[in-house]
Amino acid sequence: MSSTATGTARAVVGNRMRYQASRHIKERIVELVLLLSAMVAVFTTLGIVYVLVKESLVFFRAVPIWDFISDSQWTPLFSDAHFGIGVLLSGTLTSSAIALTVAIPLGTIIAIYLSEFASERVREIWKPVLELLAGVPTIVFGYFALFFVTPMLQQFIPGLPGFNLLSAGLVMGVMIVPYISSISEDAMRAVPMSLREGSYAMGATRLQTALRVVVPAAFSGIAAAYILGISRAVGETMIVAVAAGMQPNLTLNPTQPAATITAYIVQVAKGDLPHGSVGYQTIFAAGLTLFLVTLVFNLLGFWLRRRYREVY
Amino acid sequence: MKALDTSAREGMRASIATQKRRELLFSVLGFAALFLMFVTFVALFVDMISSGMDRLTLDFFTHFASRRAEQAGILAAWVGSFTVMLVTAFVAVPIGVGAGIYLEEYAPANKLTAIIEININNLAGVPSIVYGLLALGMFVHTLGLGATVLTAGLTLALLILPIVIVSTREAIRSIPGMIREAAYALGATRWQVVRHHVLPYSLPGILTGVIIGLSRAIGETAPIVTIGAVTFIAFLPESPISSTAPFVSFDWLMSPFTAMPIQIFNWTSRPEAAFQQNASAAALVLVAMTLVMNALAIWLRFRLRRNLKW
Repeated sequence: MSSTATGTARAVVGNRMRYQASRHIKERIVELVLLLSAMVAVFTTLGIVYVLVKESLVFFRAVPIWDFISDSQWTPLFSDAHFGIGVLLSGTLTSSAIALTVAIPLGTIIAIYLSEFASERVREIWKPVLELLAGVPTIVFGYFALFFVTPMLQQFIPGLPGFNLLSAGLVMGVMIVPYISSISEDAMRAVPMSLREGSYAMGATRLQTALRVVVPAAFSGIAAAYILGISRAVGETMIVAVAAGMQPNLTLNPTQPAATITAYIVQVAKGDLPHGSVGYQTIFAAGLTLFLVTLVFNLLGFWLRRRYREVY
Repeated sequence: MKALDTSAREGMRASIATQKRRELLFSVLGFAALFLMFVTFVALFVDMISSGMDRLTLDFFTHFASRRAEQAGILAAWVGSFTVMLVTAFVAVPIGVGAGIYLEEYAPANKLTAIIEININNLAGVPSIVYGLLALGMFVHTLGLGATVLTAGLTLALLILPIVIVSTREAIRSIPGMIREAAYALGATRWQVVRHHVLPYSLPGILTGVIIGLSRAIGETAPIVTIGAVTFIAFLPESPISSTAPFVSFDWLMSPFTAMPIQIFNWTSRPEAAFQQNASAAALVLVAMTLVMNALAIWLRFRLRRNLKW
C-alpha cells in the first residue's frame, strides 16, 4: 500500500520534471529563434559590406584607386574610360548643399516654433501634417521637381535647363524639413522645464529663452538632426535621378544638370548591363563610396544623440 | 537725478519693446515656415490633380502599360506593388517583431546586444539604394533569385526592418513592469509572459510601426530599380490559387514584376506630354495609398494614446 503510494508520488514527480524539462527546452528554442531574428540586422550589415567590398575589389584591380579619387572625368561606359568619382561627388555635394540650405533653417525655425511658441493645439495639428509630408514617396517629389518647380524657376532664371541641380535640391530640402524639425523638436522638448523657468524668472522673453537656453541645452540633439539630414540628402536618389539629369558633370553650379552618385547607380542599373562587366562593378564602387560617406555621418549622429541623452 | 531715472526708464521701455517686436517677428517667421511647407504640400496635390485627374478612369486601373499613352494603365504596376508588399510584410513582421521582443525582453546587457543595437541604428540611416546593391549582389546574382517579386519583397523587408524593430520596442517599453511581475508571480515562463501579455498589449503600437514601414516600402523606387525590375510588363503573375490540385501555387513569387514607383519613373522619363499625364495620375494613386496608410497609423496612435491608461 505504502509502496504504491510512493510509486504514484514518484510518477507525479517524474511527470512534473518531464514537464519542467520540456517547458525549459521550449523556452530555449523560443529564445534562440528571437535571437536569430535580432541577428538579421547584423547579417544585413555584413551582407552590405561583403557585397560592396567584394565587387569593388574587382573594380579596383582594374582601376587604380588614385585614378578613382583624382581623375576629373567620369566616363565608365565610353571606350576612353575614365573613373573619377569626384565628378559624381560634385553633383551629390551641390544638390545636398542646396537641400540643406533650405532644410536646416526651415527645420530649425519650425522646431523652435512648435516646441517653444505654439500652443498644444497647434502642435497637435501640425505634427501629423509634417509627418504626412515626410511620407510622400520620393519619386513623387522628383516628379514635382521636374514638372512643377523647374518650370516655375525658369520664369525667374532665364535659360535654366530642364534638368538642373537647383530644383532637385530645393525639393529635396523640403522633403528633409520634417526629419530635421521632428528630431530637433524632440531634443528641445527633452530640455527640463526648470531651465526655462529659471530663464523666465530672470525676465527673459520666450525668444531669448529659446535661443539662449533651450537651443544650447539641446544642441547635440539638434546637431544629430542636422547630421541625419545631411546623410539623407547624400543618399537621396529618385529626386535627383528624375529632376537633375543623369549627365556626369564636374560642377558646383546649381543651375546646371549633373549626375549624383545615386543617380548614376540608378542609370546603370536601369539599363541592361552584363553581370561582371566593369560598368557593373562601377556601381558597387560608387555604392561603397556612398555607404562610407553616410556611415561616417550616421555614426557621428548616433554618438551625438547618445551624448545628449546622458545629460538629462 | 530725476532726469537720469526717466532716461533709464525710457531705455528699459525701449529695450522691452525691442524684445517684444523680435518675439512677434519670430512667431510670424515660425508660422510662415509652417505655412510654406503647407503651401508646397498643396501645390504638389493641385499639380497632380490638375494634370492627372482626367486619366483616373476605371480603364487606367485595368489596363497594362502601353506604347500609346491614352491606352496605358497601371494594372501590372499595382498588382506588382501589392504582391511585393505581401512578401515584405510576411518577412519583415515576424523578424522585426521577434527582434524587438528579443531586445526588450530577453537580451542580456552584453557586447552582442550592443552590436545588434548599433547595427539597427546604422541600418536605419543607410541610403535605400545601398539595399538595392545588396540585393543585386546577394539575392539576384549570388543566390540566383533573379529580378523577381521575391527578391523585391525581401529587399524592401530588410529596408523597413529597423522601422518595425524600433516601433515594436517602443510599444513593448510602454507596458508597465508590474504586468510582467504579476504574470511571473503566477509561475509563467518568460515566453508565456510575452505571448499572453506583452505581445497582445503592444499590438496596436506594433501595427502602427508596420503600417508606417509598409507605406515607406510601397513608395521606395531606388532599391527595386537597382535590382533590375522590368519597366514594361503586359502580363500578371500567376494566380496563387488554382482550381486544380495542389490548389496553391507559389509561382508568382518567381515572376518578373513592375511596381507603381517604377511605372511613374518610367513615365516621367518620357518626353511626351501624354505620358506625363499618366505619371501624374499614377503618382496621385501612389500618394493616396501612402497617405491613407500614414493617416491610419497616425489615427491608431492617437486612439492608443487616448485609451491607454495603465
